[in-house]
Amino acid sequence: MSDSVETAAVAAPVATGQSGTVVRSTVMRRLIRNPMGIASLAILGSIALLAIFAPVLAPFEENFANITKTLAPADSVNILGTDSAGRDTWSRLLFGAQLTLLSALLCAGVAIAIGLPAGLIAGYYAGKFEAVSNWVVSILMSLPGLIVLLTIRAAFGPSVWISMIAFGVLISPSYFRLTRTAVQSVRNELYVDAARVSGLSDWSIIARHIFSVVRAPIIIQTAAIAGVAIAIQSGLEFLGLGDPTKATWGVMLSEGFKNVYLTPTLLLWPALAMALTIGGLVLLGNAIRDALEDGEKIKHRKKRAASSATGARPTAGPAVARPSRKSVAAVDAGTEHHLVKVTNLGVGYPQADGTIKKVVDDVSFHVDRGEILGIVGESGSGKSQTAFSILGLLPDNARIVGGAIQFDGNYTVAPGDERVNQARLSKLRGKRISYIPQEPMSNLDPAFTIGYQLVTPMVRVLGISKEEARRRALKLLTDVGIASPERTFSAYPHEVSGGMAQRVLIAGAISCEPDLVIADEPTTALDVTVQADVLDLLRELQQRLNIGVVLVTHNFGVVADLCDRVAVMQNGRLVEEGSVRDILRNPKEQYTRTLLASMLEGKTPMSMLVSSQKEPVA
Amino acid sequence: MSTQNAPLLTVDNLVVEYPSKKFRAKPFRALTDINITIGQGETLGLVGESGSGKTTLGRAVLGLAPVTAGKITFEGKDISHATRKQRRTLSRDLQVVFQDPYTSLNPALEIGDILAEPLGVQGMSPAEAKKRVKELLDQVGLPADALHRLPREFSGGQRQRVAIARALALSPKLIVCDEPVSALDLSTQARVLDLFLQIQKDTGVSYLFVSHDLDVVRHISHRVAVMYHGEIVEQGPAEIVTRDPEHPYTQRLLLASPVPDPDRQEQRRADRHRLLESQRHQIEQAGALA
Repeated sequence: MSDSVETAAVAAPVATGQSGTVVRSTVMRRLIRNPMGIASLAILGSIALLAIFAPVLAPFEENFANITKTLAPADSVNILGTDSAGRDTWSRLLFGAQLTLLSALLCAGVAIAIGLPAGLIAGYYAGKFEAVSNWVVSILMSLPGLIVLLTIRAAFGPSVWISMIAFGVLISPSYFRLTRTAVQSVRNELYVDAARVSGLSDWSIIARHIFSVVRAPIIIQTAAIAGVAIAIQSGLEFLGLGDPTKATWGVMLSEGFKNVYLTPTLLLWPALAMALTIGGLVLLGNAIRDALEDGEKIKHRKKRAASSATGARPTAGPAVARPSRKSVAAVDAGTEHHLVKVTNLGVGYPQADGTIKKVVDDVSFHVDRGEILGIVGESGSGKSQTAFSILGLLPDNARIVGGAIQFDGNYTVAPGDERVNQARLSKLRGKRISYIPQEPMSNLDPAFTIGYQLVTPMVRVLGISKEEARRRALKLLTDVGIASPERTFSAYPHEVSGGMAQRVLIAGAISCEPDLVIADEPTTALDVTVQADVLDLLRELQQRLNIGVVLVTHNFGVVADLCDRVAVMQNGRLVEEGSVRDILRNPKEQYTRTLLASMLEGKTPMSMLVSSQKEPVA
Repeated sequence: MSTQNAPLLTVDNLVVEYPSKKFRAKPFRALTDINITIGQGETLGLVGESGSGKTTLGRAVLGLAPVTAGKITFEGKDISHATRKQRRTLSRDLQVVFQDPYTSLNPALEIGDILAEPLGVQGMSPAEAKKRVKELLDQVGLPADALHRLPREFSGGQRQRVAIARALALSPKLIVCDEPVSALDLSTQARVLDLFLQIQKDTGVSYLFVSHDLDVVRHISHRVAVMYHGEIVEQGPAEIVTRDPEHPYTQRLLLASPVPDPDRQEQRRADRHRLLESQRHQIEQAGALA
């Protein structure tokens, strides 16, 4: 035990409050730092350079034939040997790269030229154009590509360019669909509305505001499409349908295949070039996608050496039911009676550069049975993070960087623990600790009826039959003031209003008779009149069931309405704590006073609220 | 506040209907018979619950919602069905600040470009526009180095300042403010409200100020209109509507907003329960009579 206490002390940071910064890196840097990205860029870059400088680098013309020297092995003149017509393989490979890459670009270019504008227009205007273009796209996609290409070859002759233009048309639906979907998702964004109000023409809106959204996916798609184009084109030429007067990798492949028993290396070189190029394009696409995705992979920090404080590393399990001295550290004597006690809690997030950004620092408070503690603060003050660490619902990359949390006389986060112990908390969550979220609608699964979502947890947690759970659920719905519980029971979430959904969630939160309810801004998303009803409901239930409540909110009115005690948080630290009357009437800290001064209630209309005090801009 | 002059904006018997998705179903009526006026330098607060149509009214004025019937007059001109070209002229005088400062600024554009956009549309040269953008940043209390930064580098309150600066860019006569402070923290809300008041004092701009929060509306408005189920149920001077309302809904709204003191709140709670009780009685009596 003493070990782990020391650990906590050692781990306690020097800096106070929220410390560390969010570290992000630019897309290009992330691309280069990614081994996959840098490798694919290097491969594609060198192939492109070789292709560009082919006339300089190649020792022979692409069709220069030395018939005295056919199928020759590599020597100092023909560094990769010659083919069956005595043409230099190295030179043909270089010129082939030129033609192959250009034709792949042509294909992607044609596909973009058709798919992108059509997708932008269809996505932005919807309506008839979208309907018609969807038809065309469906037809294009149902055409068997290879057969169409063979037909075109028969009609127009063996030109690489024509077949690639045709393939570009065939593959343009993939750009169309990508663009249309991306545009649809931003068409109704407020910044587009703002641009409309500014009087921007539709074309300027599309060019300035909408195109930027589709840029990144288009780049990724192009990498993939170019790879496919090379493969298709080479496939056609391999079948002998290419232009024999032009050197391309596909023609070389075909040539090599004919002589595979005589000179197998003739097959090897074009195959290798294609594999490198296509592989490079695919990897590049993946690397760009990884670089654009915001969530950076952050290496796991090495376990603190100090966590060898074995006493604090419990082996999960029965500790909750019967506190056993062996498996879990005992809480400090004299604090067992608190329902929840948070001691010097610190929560942080590891950043890309190895530092930890702390969002909660040195926070201590407790909640007793039948008591409502309000945690007040502005966004980013760490109030929700504190509440979530009690619930054990922090994101996976969050770390407890200090302190402890105990629930009903047992640690859920023992001193020295780096993470919340899920084994211990999952036994408590739902049963003894429950949660009322901020957004009622996004916390009900739209695919299931409200009744199902109430009954299932009860069956699981309380081990009662479905019939019994159904009976209880209907009673709960009546308890939370729903007029027609039967109808709500069989309704889907989208069929009820926001206030009703919040009542359902409250019913769910109390369904398993918890001791503690964590309510995270439970009324913020509701209309004021509905908020008043829900506050009444919460008060009535809390008094009847004698539960402890941690109420996270930014609204002092809600605090005054419900809470017994208040804790004020700012920048991850607890600024002030006390009874609701003390804090609201005689705040000691300047920050609390500033917050209260921002309340509009009782202010002279049209008077300046805070600007007389010289303060930094919000 | 000079209502004796011709009002800046007049809305007469406005009806907004959205066509229903279902075949041959009746269209959804978002607004019914709306009548409001806003004078020069005046703020009309529009308060109501979600779905009451207050945002739709703001959007109809901006030309972002379909006008089914009725008339919207701005400076004597009928703008109910203004074309995009007319809107472009109109945008000099009629601007907007949206609720959500996170989605109302294009995340891919620098602040300078966002602010220069409306100026460019009106044909201002880039050099002039840049000068004006600097003035604007100063006016809303943002540092000049904000010019080359992206929206995501700013907090919610700062973004809302950028949105306000964009609305101010062309020195408009009327700004439609759609819940401009409800996504903001308490102290930030206070500073942004101060900014709105200061700008009105300096430029004489009018606001159509949409909010669900009676306290906010009382603080910033000269007159207040209360919306309920797509209709305006009460309209009048801010002081009267927000302290001594007549309509049952406004009365409920007034008592529903909690005050930051436990004992006064307890009193208000009791008042509210009494009010709900008496309103229930009235409804029952009305039902019995009918």
